Amino acid sequence: MSNRRSPWLKLFSGLVYFFLYAPIVVLIMYAFNSSRTNITFDGIVNQEPCGPFYWFCVLFKNRSVLDAAKNTLTIATVSTVVSTIIGTMAALALQRHRFRLKTFSEVSLYIPIIIPEIVMGISILVLFNAIFGWLNTVLGLTGDNRLAMGLGTVIVSHIAFSVPFVVLTVRARLHSFDHAVEEAAMDLGANEWRTFRRVTLPLIMPGVLSGAMLAFTLSLDDFVITFFTTGPGSTTLPIYVYGLLRRIITPEVNALSTVWVLVVLLVLLVSQGLQRRQVG
Amino acid sequence: MWQKLRENKSLQGTLLSSPSLIWMIVLLIIPLILVVVTSFGGRDADGNVVYKFSLDNYIRLTGYSATESCGIGAEAVPPPCFNNLYYDILRRSLELAFETTLIVIGLGYPLAYFVARALPKRRNLLLFLILIPLWTNFVIRVYAWIIILRGQGVLNGVLEWTFHALPFLGSFQPVEMLYTQGAVLVGMVYEFLPFMILPMYTSLEKIDPALYEAAADLGASSLRTFWRVTLPLSMPGVVAGTILVFVPVMGTFVVSDILGGRQVVLVGNLIQRQFLDARDPAFGSAASIVLMVMTLIVTVFYTRKFGFGEEVAAA
Repeated sequence: MSNRRSPWLKLFSGLVYFFLYAPIVVLIMYAFNSSRTNITFDGIVNQEPCGPFYWFCVLFKNRSVLDAAKNTLTIATVSTVVSTIIGTMAALALQRHRFRLKTFSEVSLYIPIIIPEIVMGISILVLFNAIFGWLNTVLGLTGDNRLAMGLGTVIVSHIAFSVPFVVLTVRARLHSFDHAVEEAAMDLGANEWRTFRRVTLPLIMPGVLSGAMLAFTLSLDDFVITFFTTGPGSTTLPIYVYGLLRRIITPEVNALSTVWVLVVLLVLLVSQGLQRRQVG
Repeated sequence: MWQKLRENKSLQGTLLSSPSLIWMIVLLIIPLILVVVTSFGGRDADGNVVYKFSLDNYIRLTGYSATESCGIGAEAVPPPCFNNLYYDILRRSLELAFETTLIVIGLGYPLAYFVARALPKRRNLLLFLILIPLWTNFVIRVYAWIIILRGQGVLNGVLEWTFHALPFLGSFQPVEMLYTQGAVLVGMVYEFLPFMILPMYTSLEKIDPALYEAAADLGASSLRTFWRVTLPLSMPGVVAGTILVFVPVMGTFVVSDILGGRQVVLVGNLIQRQFLDARDPAFGSAASIVLMVMTLIVTVFYTRKFGFGEEVAAA
């Protein structure tokens, strides 16, 4: 094919890759900047502690960063577990059963995909404001005792936007599922639960795992929904970085970004490895 | 009872899907209804929502002003009049969304084609290289552009160096690129490019290479093959990518907030400020409804016209 070897296509693609990666390279480079204000690159930092990795050491001693990291992981873990379980259940129901509200369930799952994220964010904010406002009045709570948004509200909202993606992923796996193996298990005397545990679940496990992986990364990465549902004690890393961008940005933010890129790389490599093993 | 559940498949389905259904009703459907209700309301002096039925918020969005004059200084028009504050915001958002989508298609299509036609061995690596920026946090990726675009930033540094190396270009003056609409456009293109590449790749990769050979055997030039074979068959990917890019660009406030400063106000910024700074959720709700309706109209019109593939799900 002449197309495949077109040098112009190659050059153009190379430039687009350059466009995708140049900002990331700059981001990482500035994590080693000796200038505190971080506006120009003044050479590689070499300061105690840690020499060139000075900003990384500062980062790992920063209490707010550590708290934000802890919140981010807590939110991602809890919302992944819940959304994977209820998402898998829904996928099984939608793929195999006919029931009332089936169409309604299917349509509702597409809502978070087609409405702008900000609309979902503010609508959940309106809901929580209404609920908490009402509860605070009914229970007569005042001052610091008032119910407010925090980790709980963020987790509940993350589950809401993750479930549809889990359902889609698991359903894709169920699509190519051979029912004969389940029938065989039942014929051999296994009851429904045993059949599910020993036959169905292991077969759909790759789909469930990639659904969970997707839910986890979506939660880690989320900014908009968290922005509208977070409270004082539940700052996540993206929210923390956003807050910093409005003040003086030291190379610490770059160090944090570098760690983030490395974690993404690691997670992607692991998931690719898992996928390859499933295929093989 | 247990026996009954075993035999009743419909009940099983309802039970299995009920947790997620309840979640969707409580956190998506009820909140959306609340936003619609709130958009007809108003606010009291403390910034609390007052529920009533009035179209004031929607009328305000048209720019109609009954009590205050429109425009500033000598050009001010006495009330009742229309000012184009919100009209400008909506127009700017639509403009940016269309520009971003077009540029992203222009940059993404050749790359998606390149990856889809690469040797299978290399394809995984090339795809992987698109996933890394995609999964690197949104906020962090916008931040990178502050370093690049600001007055003493990387891009000005590179330009200065170029002017220095090539004296015939004349003398160099650093350009302030940050906090302009151009900066927001670059940021949007950067943020959403991978969302376009992936679905386009998915549909390009599905095209059977035999079709290209057949077209070539029948004497079609490579340009003609592209027009008559490749492009039509890859349209579902382009459509899916357009939706994945257009809808979020219309609603985002992060890119314009960080790279546009207070200069570039989009619908997303308008909504966010009504909820967090201006404390007028009713007006913010009305703006959200307008945003949602606008994106829905574009999405529905577009999918009706071009058809809809499985590519959205694949991405």
